Amino acid sequence: MLKRKRWIFAILALLPTLAIFAYVRMYPIIDILRLSLHRWNILSKNKPFIGLENFRELMSDNLFLTSLMNTTIIAFGVLAITIPLGMVIAALIFHRTRTRMSGFYETSIFIPHIVSLVPAAMAWKWIFDARLGPLNALLSAFGIEPQAWLFDPVLSVVCVIVLCSWQALGYAVLIYLVGFKNLPVSLYEAAKLDGASGPKSFWYLSIPMLKPITLYVSVVTLVSGFNVYAQPFVLASDSQGAPGRQVRVLVLDMLENSFRNYRVGYAASEAVVLLVIVLVLTLIQFTMLREKGKA
Amino acid sequence: MTDFAELTEAEHAAGRRLRARKRAVNIAIDVFLTLFSIAMLLPLVFLIANAFKTPAEMLAWPPTIVPHDPTLENFRAVLGETPLLRWILNSVLFAIMSSIAIIATSSIAGYIFAKFRYRSLNVIFALFLATAIVPFEVYMIPLYFQVKSLGLLNSVWGLLIGYLVMSFGIFLIRQNVIHSIPDELLEAARLDGASEFWIFVHVVFPLLRGALGALGVLAFFQAWTAFAWPMIVATTRSSYTIEVGLALFQTGYTVDLGKLSAASATVLIPSVITFMILRRNFVQGVASTGMKE
Repeated sequence: MLKRKRWIFAILALLPTLAIFAYVRMYPIIDILRLSLHRWNILSKNKPFIGLENFRELMSDNLFLTSLMNTTIIAFGVLAITIPLGMVIAALIFHRTRTRMSGFYETSIFIPHIVSLVPAAMAWKWIFDARLGPLNALLSAFGIEPQAWLFDPVLSVVCVIVLCSWQALGYAVLIYLVGFKNLPVSLYEAAKLDGASGPKSFWYLSIPMLKPITLYVSVVTLVSGFNVYAQPFVLASDSQGAPGRQVRVLVLDMLENSFRNYRVGYAASEAVVLLVIVLVLTLIQFTMLREKGKA
Repeated sequence: MTDFAELTEAEHAAGRRLRARKRAVNIAIDVFLTLFSIAMLLPLVFLIANAFKTPAEMLAWPPTIVPHDPTLENFRAVLGETPLLRWILNSVLFAIMSSIAIIATSSIAGYIFAKFRYRSLNVIFALFLATAIVPFEVYMIPLYFQVKSLGLLNSVWGLLIGYLVMSFGIFLIRQNVIHSIPDELLEAARLDGASEFWIFVHVVFPLLRGALGALGVLAFFQAWTAFAWPMIVATTRSSYTIEVGLALFQTGYTVDLGKLSAASATVLIPSVITFMILRRNFVQGVASTGMKE
């Protein structure tokens, strides 16, 4: 009797959360899968089922392919900067932990991660500005030609990578610091007795032992890299908001197709591509962690 | 253990050299980390400084960190040209309501999933887990049409619909309940005749205060910095959040870096101060995302 009462409480208490969850998560996720198989122009009433036609069309859509390419470059670019730099900075801070300065290091490296996206992007927009920015002024002091950082299609992708890495670094450092704190001290002491220097024990002990953390940070960084939107939007849109000047990324292309071209079904199929990328990344993480568990 | 008296002069010298080298390494690390930390802060420092500069000083090279001739003109111009305060109010409302909703939904669901072990609940929990992987950007278009059919576009309620639940919050609370609330405590309360609801409100909720605080801070910042969702849901000038307002402010006008910096600084300074005050909570919340196992 008592057990039954507990079960009823569990269900009743969970019901509101469950209802919200079903409405704001489950339903739209199923809906995106359904929409991706239909042709739906918001302006017309009917939504014919067209199977995988949207996906076939995506494969020959230059704007989509550019977006996919840019997004991939940004995601892996941020990864290539954040992981090694995050690990080294965390190791150095960990080495100086318990000193008066470690709090300052941690806080100031973490702050870019928490400040609002748009003001942070504004700060960098000024740095990269072709006419007024300090970056070009600095370069010309070294005799290097000023560059149109935010207008050149290649350089503006680089700018997005720099901005995103600057923001992502604090997170990586924080997670690595937690990792370092959990490593067994005895191993390092043993290595020291064997005459291993700091850099050596970092290379042969820390990097291998932090592998699960590296894997986790990599997946988080890549997933947020593939969802990137606000940073390129702010950084690369000029005063006229001309779409051609923006760094084309997946989410931007998706929103343009949906809200500017009114092709919701087509945009939905892009969302599904994004979903597949994220699922594959997560799957890689799970399999690698499981393999490690077996070994 | 060797007696110090027995050490030769050479051994003492070697020890001194080793200590000196160690100190030199530590100093080098400190210098590097200090410079690096300052470099990380520099863009934000410049942004705030630029907000107080005259157009002429903004062009100066090298850029000044403390303006020679500080002016509030940029702030005055922004407040005159944009409903900046309205945008901030929208953001604050949205962020507070979202935090409350996420704390409520996460605490109940987290507690139930931690302490009530039924097969049917396991299935539901697996569903939560599976959908947690899906990023918001993937399903925001259908969600937009749901909000539209409810007639909630361009309102704080429409914004809120996207930010009512947080899968990570449910996991965080579940972990906390498992670690910090023993079954014995709940059994004792039950033996005393307390109802399940009473136990949740008077026993569980207070014990979760720390974790819920961390979650609240995370939820607040998540909503405060949201961009893509407010961008599509709030499209009238008076319904913008501050992030959207700022981003679109730059497109509608000729670029005026002074005004842009002033508007950005207005958003930046309160969030940095909030972060400083709630640092512990915040770092805990973020750090625990990396320690899922």
